[in-house]
Amino acid sequence: MSTTMFGITVFVLACFVGYHVIWGVTPALHTPLMAVTNAISAIVIVGAMIVAGYKTTSIDNDLASHLVNLLGFSAVFLASVNIFGGFVVTNRILAMFKPKEKTQPTTDQEGSA
Amino acid sequence: MSTEAKLEIFAALYLVASILFVFGLKGLSSPKTAIRGNQFSMAGMALAIVTTFFHPDVKTSAWIWAGLLGGAAVGVPLAQRIQMTAMPQLVAALHSFVGLAAVCIAAGTFYGYIGEGDGISRGMLVEIGIGGFIGAITYSGSLIAFGKLQEILGSSPLVFRFQHWVNLTLAVVMLGLCAWFTVAVDPMAFWLMIVVALFLGVLLVLPIGGADMPVVVSMLNSYSGWAAAATGFTLNNPLLITTGALVGSSGAILSYIMCKAMNRSIVSVILGGFGTEVSAKVTDGTQKTIRSSPIEDAAFMLENASKVIIVPGYGMAVAQAQHSMKELVHTLTQKGIEVKFAIHPVAGRMPGHMNVLLAESDIPYDIVHEMEDINSEFSGADVALVVGANDVINPAAKTDKSSPLYGMPILDAYKAKQVFVIKRSMKAGYAGVDNDLFYYENCSLVFGDAKAVCDGLVKSVSVQ
Repeated sequence: MSTTMFGITVFVLACFVGYHVIWGVTPALHTPLMAVTNAISAIVIVGAMIVAGYKTTSIDNDLASHLVNLLGFSAVFLASVNIFGGFVVTNRILAMFKPKEKTQPTTDQEGSA
Repeated sequence: MSTEAKLEIFAALYLVASILFVFGLKGLSSPKTAIRGNQFSMAGMALAIVTTFFHPDVKTSAWIWAGLLGGAAVGVPLAQRIQMTAMPQLVAALHSFVGLAAVCIAAGTFYGYIGEGDGISRGMLVEIGIGGFIGAITYSGSLIAFGKLQEILGSSPLVFRFQHWVNLTLAVVMLGLCAWFTVAVDPMAFWLMIVVALFLGVLLVLPIGGADMPVVVSMLNSYSGWAAAATGFTLNNPLLITTGALVGSSGAILSYIMCKAMNRSIVSVILGGFGTEVSAKVTDGTQKTIRSSPIEDAAFMLENASKVIIVPGYGMAVAQAQHSMKELVHTLTQKGIEVKFAIHPVAGRMPGHMNVLLAESDIPYDIVHEMEDINSEFSGADVALVVGANDVINPAAKTDKSSPLYGMPILDAYKAKQVFVIKRSMKAGYAGVDNDLFYYENCSLVFGDAKAVCDGLVKSVSVQ
């Protein structure tokens, strides 16, 4: 199997997993879903790091090497904004979702402690 | 350890990261498990990043650290300060970053290979090309969406003649340049392709009107996933492919849900122009009358009700009325009245937006219900209180075949014994359609600013 065909296999199966998992998400949490998928789509940082960590093996190609690093740096930066921004904002939103207050919250806590 | 063995370990660790992402998304099935889920996703991301530091292709880490720390310095304060009403803009901006990152990675990978002088396979070039143009379309499309949501650009759809032909031509030219790039291995072709893709992204989003924005934001969410998956193909990395597919399907499903909630086909949303046709509502001669009530009357009805359902819309958030609303809910609940919220899928400017706005003002999530769950309860409600919503409660969507809204699923607020609609003026809704509900006998309008009216209701109810 070629690497491309292997990739396509993984891709198609992952789409099915995605389909089933996402339909299970409660509509009330669709905004945090978008925020968190935003953060994890920044998984491209793996590719960005490889490009940013590139070092040429030939000495006469130093300038090109720096150009590659610069592209990699930009990609790492952009993906990193997404990762930190996405996860922090998701946490912030999820922390807002609170159930109805119990009549006596303090005694409840003592009971469980 | 041999490089071969090392790569096996990397693959295994990347697999663990993708599993963590799946669990992370699964956690969102309930608010109770969601925070734990988010921790899974964060762990997955941390694992992926740490693992990559040890990747044999990563020979220097200075640039990586600079990018990571810089991104954290920008991202964290941004996420902490952003207003919840501005979430759609933030999401659009972040999508554009993923797109641009994908373009940089495609270009960087290409130049890296060229620099090494070793052969670069045709398949690889195709993947670099595809990763590049999907990234570019995501980038410029998201920027335009951001501009519209932030109201830097007008939210009205921009349509011109032969638009679809122009788009089609651009798409063909883009694919042609991609083919040229893979055959000639010419960086010039790559950059020309990127420029054309950027134009295409702009033209794809410009014609889409403000009312369709929830669909666009979801669609771009999907694109950012496909861009990540395409990058995964370029780098032969299953983690990127899996994660990209997860995000891509997530965005696609959300787009589908939004389209269904607006009774619009995804094709017509993409083709754009919604809201341009002036709805020529023929006045049928019969004088239709509306009833209006002072705040005190509405308060009296609310107080004597045993069950109240509140229908909030984006207008409530615009009027900053959430906090007053919370007070009202609190006051009514204290008097033993059952209060529930009914949320239409397109209330707000992105999927689930209204739930977040209500949660932000400390309204417990278990009294907030989705359309399918609560529609059967309206007939048993004494009062339906509509705040800043309009089209989503228009019964014309069910009864009037000539209405542009016809076929759209609505909240059955009209079935309540008494409906109060808080309204600033007799203006038509987002879709520019007259609301039949206002002429129903059980409907009464309370004129005024949403926040002021809610404050007034709280005052009248607590005094009595």
